[in-house]
Amino acid sequence: MSPRRTDTGGRVDRLKTIRFTFDGAPYTGHAGDTLASALLAKGVTLYGRSFKYHRPRGLLTAGVEEPNALVTVLKGKVREPNIPATMVEIHDGLVAISQNRFPSLAWDINAVNQLGGKILSAGFYYKTFMGPVFGPLKGTRFWMFCEHFIRRAAGLGSAGSAKDPARYERMNAFCDVLVVGSGPAGLMAAKAAADQGARVMLADLEPLFGGSANWSDETIDGAPAADWARRTVAQLAGRDNVRLLPRTTVWGYYDNNTLAALERVSDHKEQPGKGEPRHRYWAIRAKSVVLATGAFERPLVFPGNDRPGVMLAHAAERYANEFGVLPGERIALFTNNDSAYRAAVALKKAGAAVVAIADVRPELSPEMRKLAAEAEAEIFAGHAVVATEGGKALSGLKLQRFDMTNGTLIGDPRSIHADCLLMSGGWSPTIHLASQAGAKAEWNAARQAFLPPKPTQSWIGAGAFTGSFSTLEALAEGRAAGLAAAGGQSTQSMLPTVEAVPGDPDPAPVFEIRAKGKSFVDFQHDVTAEDVRLAHREGFVSVEHLKRYTTLGMATDQGKSSNVPGLAIMAEALGKPIPEVGTTRFRPPFAPVSIGSLAAERFGDLKPERLTPMHDWHLANGATMYSAGLWYRPMIYGLSGETVEQAYVREAKATRERAGIVDVSTLGKIAVQGPDAALFLDRVYTNMFSTLAVGKARYGLMLREDGLAFDDGTTWRLGEQDFLMTTTTANAGKVMQHLEYFLDVIWPELKVHVTSVTDEWAGAAIGGPKAREILATCVTGTSVDNATLPFMGIVRGEIAGVPVMICRLSFSGEMAFEVYSGAGYGTHVWEALVEAGKPFGLVTYGLEALGTMRIEKGHVTGAEIDGRTTARDLHLDWMLSKKKPFIGSAMMDREGLIASDRLELVGLIALDNRPLNGGAHIVEEVDEANPHGSIGHITACCYSPALGKHIALALVKGGKARQGTRAHVSDSLRNRFGPVEIVSNHFFDPDGSRMHG
Amino acid sequence: MLITCPYCGPRDVIEFTYQGDGNRERPDPASQNFEAWNAYVYDRLNPAGDHNEIWQHSGGCRTHLKVVRNTLTHEISSVAFMRGDHGRGDHGSAARRKAEDKS
Repeated sequence: MSPRRTDTGGRVDRLKTIRFTFDGAPYTGHAGDTLASALLAKGVTLYGRSFKYHRPRGLLTAGVEEPNALVTVLKGKVREPNIPATMVEIHDGLVAISQNRFPSLAWDINAVNQLGGKILSAGFYYKTFMGPVFGPLKGTRFWMFCEHFIRRAAGLGSAGSAKDPARYERMNAFCDVLVVGSGPAGLMAAKAAADQGARVMLADLEPLFGGSANWSDETIDGAPAADWARRTVAQLAGRDNVRLLPRTTVWGYYDNNTLAALERVSDHKEQPGKGEPRHRYWAIRAKSVVLATGAFERPLVFPGNDRPGVMLAHAAERYANEFGVLPGERIALFTNNDSAYRAAVALKKAGAAVVAIADVRPELSPEMRKLAAEAEAEIFAGHAVVATEGGKALSGLKLQRFDMTNGTLIGDPRSIHADCLLMSGGWSPTIHLASQAGAKAEWNAARQAFLPPKPTQSWIGAGAFTGSFSTLEALAEGRAAGLAAAGGQSTQSMLPTVEAVPGDPDPAPVFEIRAKGKSFVDFQHDVTAEDVRLAHREGFVSVEHLKRYTTLGMATDQGKSSNVPGLAIMAEALGKPIPEVGTTRFRPPFAPVSIGSLAAERFGDLKPERLTPMHDWHLANGATMYSAGLWYRPMIYGLSGETVEQAYVREAKATRERAGIVDVSTLGKIAVQGPDAALFLDRVYTNMFSTLAVGKARYGLMLREDGLAFDDGTTWRLGEQDFLMTTTTANAGKVMQHLEYFLDVIWPELKVHVTSVTDEWAGAAIGGPKAREILATCVTGTSVDNATLPFMGIVRGEIAGVPVMICRLSFSGEMAFEVYSGAGYGTHVWEALVEAGKPFGLVTYGLEALGTMRIEKGHVTGAEIDGRTTARDLHLDWMLSKKKPFIGSAMMDREGLIASDRLELVGLIALDNRPLNGGAHIVEEVDEANPHGSIGHITACCYSPALGKHIALALVKGGKARQGTRAHVSDSLRNRFGPVEIVSNHFFDPDGSRMHG
Repeated sequence: MLITCPYCGPRDVIEFTYQGDGNRERPDPASQNFEAWNAYVYDRLNPAGDHNEIWQHSGGCRTHLKVVRNTLTHEISSVAFMRGDHGRGDHGSAARRKAEDKS
């Protein structure tokens, strides 16, 4: 047993030894230890280096609010930085390292920053690195030069780059009462609500329920408080209507009583259990919430208050009582309130010597004098600590007489030899969730603290959260809150009895001792009291500005220990009372949240995907699949040894020479039906559909209300009142919503129903000179000759016994047919078509060949209908009917939309016979050193087998007028420059003779 | 945020799609009044307080709903079917008048 570990007491199991490493050195601890308590038991004093000055730092707290002892935990190749050592439960094989030090924690080169403290004061970055350049050592350029060094020197742990193999999951939960915090108040609330039959959830961020009962050394109902807590938890655990969530941080309070929580399911285990995630994100909808989140003890602000060995009083009490660890052997206390006296007694009992208690108050109650006597500590009433001594561990401190009415120091300082200094600056209720829920905190002058506001959502507070710091009050308020939250009546039964040391909950209004030396307010961001005053002197009077200028409270601990002292110092500088200075609003998350838990299952194997009916066939026949949104589509059907380019060139060439077939099942398909269907389509499309004959299809264009192009596709008239609309794959959902909006909101009088039928139909497009012959051999029940099935005609027939609908339309520019069958027969029909095509040399082709043929034809897709282009820009003005208004018709002729210098669709041919790149700029004159003067950009490009050239579609300023002229591509990212010829977008078969046949 | 769909009951906002400001009044389709069209497409009130909004229950019954939401508190004071009053009844113009009175 190490000398710092007590023989009995606390939650640790001294018979179970656990081995772990910290900064490469092997350590042992016990089951129940945190990394902080295990290291403290071994006499470790140095845990980290501070953010800016690289000062040595020790443990300040024992809980989630720890600002100093941040570590990085390594698991395999994955590193998680910035975890408080106080929140890491040790397990065999744990590997933790310290942060922000080079080359080692004990010998840190950047500690010289301490000497330059004047330079690194508040606003250092703004003053030094922003604005114009005056001389060599100022301004933005200087920042660009220094950034690398500063980012390396100032900071937290570094994130890893390895892929996180851990699993995360999300749970949605509903309950009547959510209790946040499991101290005496929370436990009573959960019990009272559960007794009423309510569905209760109890969450606590610690692994062990009980809160202060685990370390207060009080008794409840005659038993040690920790035993009472364990008994109550066991009762709750046995009930069907209670769910206990240990290691669960409730971090967000949102509208409608929706709360977000993070459960650390397996971080404390060497290996997660079977099927266990690392973290679980809980979205909890609670009818009512009991906030029993307790309070944070505040540090006092005095010179050297950040030296390793200076710790919050309750934290030391916790280490002694809950973990059986003494933070020092000769302990001194410095306080402005009564609560620290209990810590003195606890540490004395645990075996430490309490050498002095310095209290800023000149008068002390007899009860406190009695406690001090019990701790055998010498009392220095009306004294303050003005300095601390030591390097990487505390060796002593200096006391001086202090007048708390005016903050002056009197007489000579006196030295005290101590290896640990406990401080207590009063308590701040943990009101973060209540503040997130909507209302402003209220300052209470007696408690010198912000108390929770009146609820704007359905929550009830209890215990220290409300500023009621005694256990008896916590039990009473907890029970009342639990009853009220569950809708129960007040009860006559007795409350548990409590034996506790007495104490006044109100501290003296002292936050800072002004003496020479650096006094830290925000330990994690290295903000000193002087920084706050400097900000005030430089004119920052709003607390919001103060926060941003000094970065007070903006570190990963979100100022849990520093907000109120910072505010008090600011208020003093302004000469205003604290409530007039105000406080900043707390925002989620209460504590850092893993990104993985927010993503949960929505990636990797569990990401939803959409597969066409022929998906398995594509895979079995050598397709390389390509993900397009949620869809998977064949990119190429590569032969062995073929590159992607060789494959698509072969597929496109074979289609134009013989025939090709492509899966088009992903196109959006919407059934538009009803007496007013034709009228509706006339309003939705820019061109006429009421004039379309039954059994014919038409290409249609939709605009948005603002007159810009929205989507295109063909719509088939299957009956007088029955249309089948097709949309682009990407816009299927948006078009459906667009139609529903107009039917539901704008034209509810129209008798039209729209139904998404994308998944009901399988589609195969077969095109090429041999396409009709192939169809003729396998289609029964109809002819497919030119008379029966003209361009844009529709027939119904059968293929291999399956009813099909065939429409003759073309995206490739070849004579082509789209064959639709019920989705369940998709593969059957596809196989029959492929079989029928064999004698004709039919090939299957993928998206690359499809894209190549559409570029050759100059058809537009989403790359050109990009939300900025008009119908005219895309040369689709022939589709704008003048006979009727349609969506977008009123706005499409605005000045800006018909200007002559708009980006217009053109074709490009590379004159240097080299590949072009999507996104490359088009310029009139190339200037490789200083690229400028863009007149447009490439939207799509390919090698065209039909032309034997590298071609592209592009949007170019005044493009139509530039046809026949030369320009250049300028792509400095990929270093591609070269001459191009601007041509019509219709590269291939511009008069359409091939598709008309 | 929860929206109580008259068909489906209280549902999380994740099931809904915001379909725009409920105060817009679409001019007559044949109208060439550019000012009116411009106001319909671009002008928005951005009130601090109650706001008339159109939400679609896109992850449910797909109905469009007329929702009055407080932009400061996210409190939803009423939800009704859009189709009830053809989408541009008194509801929209009353709120607009109210907002203009305040300004």
